[in-house]
Amino acid sequence: MSRAEAAPAGATAVPASAAARRWGLSLLISEVTTTFRRWRTLALLGVLAAVPVLIGIAVKIETGDDGAHGGGGPAFISQVTNNGLFLVFTSLAATLPFFLPMAIGVIAGDSVAGEAGSGTLRYLLVAPAGRTRLLFAKYATTMAFCFAATLVVAVSALAVGALLFPLGEVTLISGTTIGFGEGLLRALAIAVVVALSLVGVAALGLFVSTLTNSGVAAMATTVGLLITVQILDQFPQLSAIQPYLFPHYWLSFADLLRDPVLWDQVLRNLGLQALYAAVFGSAAWARFTAKDITV
Amino acid sequence: MEGRSRPEPWPGATEGAPVVETRALTKRFGGQLAVDGLDLVVPRGSVFGFLGPNGSGKTTTIRMLMGLIEPTSGTARVLGEEMPRGTRRVLPRVGALIEGPALYGFLSGRDNLTRFDAADPTADARTRRARVGHALDRVGLTGAAGKKARAYSLGMKQRLGLAAALLQPRELLVLDEPTNGLDPQGMREIRTLVRSLASEGTTVFLSSHLLDEIEQVCTHVAVMARGRLLIQGTVGELASSARGRLAVTTPDTAEAVRVLKEHGVNDLAVLDDRVTGELPAGPATELADLNAALVRADVRVRAFGAERASLEDAFVALTGEGFDVAG
Ligand SMILES: Nc1ncnc2c1ncn2[C@@H]1O[C@H](COP(=O)(O)OP(=O)(O)OP(=O)(O)O)[C@@H](O)[C@H]1O
Ligand SMILES: [Mg+2]
Repeated sequence: MSRAEAAPAGATAVPASAAARRWGLSLLISEVTTTFRRWRTLALLGVLAAVPVLIGIAVKIETGDDGAHGGGGPAFISQVTNNGLFLVFTSLAATLPFFLPMAIGVIAGDSVAGEAGSGTLRYLLVAPAGRTRLLFAKYATTMAFCFAATLVVAVSALAVGALLFPLGEVTLISGTTIGFGEGLLRALAIAVVVALSLVGVAALGLFVSTLTNSGVAAMATTVGLLITVQILDQFPQLSAIQPYLFPHYWLSFADLLRDPVLWDQVLRNLGLQALYAAVFGSAAWARFTAKDITV
Repeated sequence: MEGRSRPEPWPGATEGAPVVETRALTKRFGGQLAVDGLDLVVPRGSVFGFLGPNGSGKTTTIRMLMGLIEPTSGTARVLGEEMPRGTRRVLPRVGALIEGPALYGFLSGRDNLTRFDAADPTADARTRRARVGHALDRVGLTGAAGKKARAYSLGMKQRLGLAAALLQPRELLVLDEPTNGLDPQGMREIRTLVRSLASEGTTVFLSSHLLDEIEQVCTHVAVMARGRLLIQGTVGELASSARGRLAVTTPDTAEAVRVLKEHGVNDLAVLDDRVTGELPAGPATELADLNAALVRADVRVRAFGAERASLEDAFVALTGEGFDVAG
């Protein structure tokens, strides 16, 4: 009896490889839906969506003022009154230094540590999710959040820009003028580059997350590191190390608004992000696959 | 000590490879030995009670069996494969409840189960909904399945944790204090559930402090204290290791004491019309012969019988009376 019952249960444990891949997708889908159903995630996205609204209203009220408030970013803000599309660039430039990476830090920092703290990690691991696969799903979900967060800022800015300001041809930084359609495409490209700029912080946050069993501690550490690095990036005395700091080339996305596009800094940024993803991704993997799960 | 047994097949154990087998399994946390040279054998088809005072290393052992922590030394084999290396192949066939349930408070009970099931690469997504429903039904949570888990009571959380262990047919169920927080009905249901799972062929490895519970459902037991295994064997073996006492009720106490002493009964005590004594070691003494001897000596016997030692007696005899947790 016991043998007869046991055999089919054992047989299901060795699935075909194609099927296994599909079921690996199950975990990823579960991870993404679980993350995006949390109130906290929605609140973060809500705050990010509010930023363009605030900037848009401020610009509308102070139409005469041409000062650049773009968080130290490129001076797109003066163009917003002429073309609502510039609110997208302004908003991305305003949120990229802190708001966006902070939101990523919260999600990435909590991803492993939060589950460890609540104990659900041990049940995922005995399911068995597989440590490498779980970490991959966590990182992929954080990346999905990077794109979602960037998209939320961009779409909110586009909507507010269209409501409050005229839309039309876009005058690039280099002085050439392109049609609105191409302007939209460039905005999309910029959003993608901004989202990819967050790959490094995401990997850093994931690594920090594997170090502790407290989600709050991991979030705070990641955000603290972000702020520290942003400050270090401001000191001229540290110019030797600055090219290796992950936010160093962040605002280079403005180069996509030139004709021809200046790829140099953009590519440098993406390369640096890939480097951070590789280094901290490996560190997170090494740590997580060897970790004793004692809570 | 005759009660201690080596980890070799016991008489009456189900044949076949053991479901769990550890060799000198050891875990050290910093300076402290949480589990010390454990040789545990869980026979296939058994309901195995894992006993021990607080802090004796039960949960640590279970964590090593489930591949959550790496042993400091020694080996642990589960379903024939060494852990933690075999987690991917072994754990889909194992359901586990480890140190209480852990849930996503912001998800409903049903969504919690769906998430844990999605984490198992061998679980078929097409049957997920049905299996989740069945597991909820099995622990009596169907009515509360839509409620957010943070609004669950302790017992409901415990039930949901159990349901997660029952999402698939399992070869082995590892339950760390499964009745913790349950009401009496819940405890009875869990016992019934464990029995029915065992009759379906699932081996159940159950840690608990509730000795009646172990006595009622388990076929085998192991007792831990301070990280070491004190004894393992069938429930009967353990209970008889703390030998029962013979009790005779008679008005002729003096004569009864004389006769019993002649037949090798030790530690005789008389209280009013009751004579009690410790039965001699080994199965040699036949109670019927003792009774016949008393009657032949004209002792008027009102009542006669062996008072079986409870598992609790055996447990306390093994682990000591002290209340303080070992440091
Ligand atoms: N993560 C840890 N770090 C340090 N020591 C630990 C850790 N986990 C357990 N211990 C120690 O290991 C010993 C065994 O703990 P364990 O949790 O295995 O006991 P237990 O038998 O499950 O107890 P209980 O019946 O209270 O659940 C205890 O002395 C405990 O203090
Ligand atoms: Mg315990």
